Amino acid sequence: MTQLPDKTDRKMGLVIDLDTCVGCHACVVSCKGWNTENYGAPLSDQNPYGADPSGTFLNRIHSYEVQPETGPAQLIHFPKSCLHCEDAPCVTVCPTGASYKRTEDGIVLVNETDCIGCGLCAWACPYGARELDQAEGVMKKCTLCVDRIYNENLPEEDRVPACVRTCPSNARHFGDLGDPDSDVSQMVAERGGMDLMPEQGTKPVNKYLPPRPKDRLNNEIDILAPLLEPVAEEPKGFLGWLDKALEKI
Amino acid sequence: MHPAPSIIAFSTFSGLGLGLLFWLGVDTSAPTGWVAFVFFAIAYVLAAGGLISSTFHLGRRERALKAFTQWQTSWLSREAWCAVAALVTMGIYGFFLVFFDRQIMLLGHLGAFFCLLTVYTTSMIYGQLKTVPRWNTGLTPALFLALSVAGGALLSGRVTIGLILLVIAGAIQGIWWKRGDRRFAQSGTTMATATGLGDIGEVRAFESPHTGTNYLLKEMVYTVGRRHARKLRLIALALMLVLPVFLLILPNPHVFGVLALFSHVAGVLVSRWLFFAEAEHVVGLYYGMR
Repeated sequence: MTQLPDKTDRKMGLVIDLDTCVGCHACVVSCKGWNTENYGAPLSDQNPYGADPSGTFLNRIHSYEVQPETGPAQLIHFPKSCLHCEDAPCVTVCPTGASYKRTEDGIVLVNETDCIGCGLCAWACPYGARELDQAEGVMKKCTLCVDRIYNENLPEEDRVPACVRTCPSNARHFGDLGDPDSDVSQMVAERGGMDLMPEQGTKPVNKYLPPRPKDRLNNEIDILAPLLEPVAEEPKGFLGWLDKALEKI
Repeated sequence: MHPAPSIIAFSTFSGLGLGLLFWLGVDTSAPTGWVAFVFFAIAYVLAAGGLISSTFHLGRRERALKAFTQWQTSWLSREAWCAVAALVTMGIYGFFLVFFDRQIMLLGHLGAFFCLLTVYTTSMIYGQLKTVPRWNTGLTPALFLALSVAGGALLSGRVTIGLILLVIAGAIQGIWWKRGDRRFAQSGTTMATATGLGDIGEVRAFESPHTGTNYLLKEMVYTVGRRHARKLRLIALALMLVLPVFLLILPNPHVFGVLALFSHVAGVLVSRWLFFAEAEHVVGLYYGMR
């Protein structure tokens, strides 16, 4: 069914901390590793060892350089996967009903046996969260590791998406963003979690925590500064002579 | 957006065929017998051939029939229904014209309506996408409909109305291009909103997530040929509007009419290529590209 549910019981999603992400791509690898051998068709690669390799990934890490008005530029690593939008445009455009949003937890999924691979959902997604698998001819997207989070065969600590489980810097968090008391919702409230491309009207469930402001000196000079030996600006002795001599040439 | 040849051919030829069927449907003195057969055969080859070619870009063509199920939300599904309704209605209408010399006007009008509705649904597949600001305007359906009925008029040999419609279609095309150039900026989507980092400062893509290319870049960040866009627009307009109008006002429109038609179709193909090649998807912003 490509009609979006009026409301979902829970809003499961990710909170991604742009402050702590170190851009190691471990989540990319663990995502591909888990999802290529579990839910749905494998995530194929084309020409993986050749001159022009490409492949299907459900999670990719961009890096941005942000230049403030003053001070040095900041480098921010930016993980991006499906944001499981409340108003998911990818779902309503699907002609076959392969794309759907679950009422119980809000996860956006693709029923691969119904997908005709028309690609329209990937066109409708502003975030680039959907990729058409070139070997299978069906649309692949983040499932929020639906085959992990409810999987009672796994130890409890593993019942989170693979990317969350593997992140070495705790930049990815998983939980119910519909529950204001959940850890993830608290974190979003505290840190000013934001939506990507809010003007697109997709109402993403996943939130991004902006980088914390950098420490600043605010022109405050250390109280010990007057006691420190001032740095010699003018060279003396042999170096002074050399400096003058070179200047004259 | 990647200009897939199958999609360009589909939208151009099915638009043309449906335009011809529209005129056959509303014609109060529609041709009968063999003449009708030839007209309907041409229309069906174009319309049905175009629709079939649209399935060539599917990853799983064998499941194409499932596309009929989601007409409540999906323009692609609605298009499938409208196309079948148009082709079946006009088929029955044409059958009576060809074999019984009988014109069932009601059926013709209904079929003509479905033909226009099919072209409209096709245009809305693109027009609905907020992610491609250039397409996301009410002018997109207007452009597709105008080109369809103008081409149909040329195909059915209507010189006067064809001339008027050509000029109208050309004007809409011009406005669509001019406005389209500003649509991305108007949409308000920038690298700042895409990353949410605009509050800190100016955002620049520093490193791509991958060294090679991927599906997203191939499909939605197609930049090849854009630098020739200006020239191609002039070529498209000359072929689809200026040359056909010149040929049609010459004496003996029957001889030059065919040339006018071929020129027009070539122009629409160029315009349709640009429709895709010039369209910028907002996802390109994540890669620092347009």
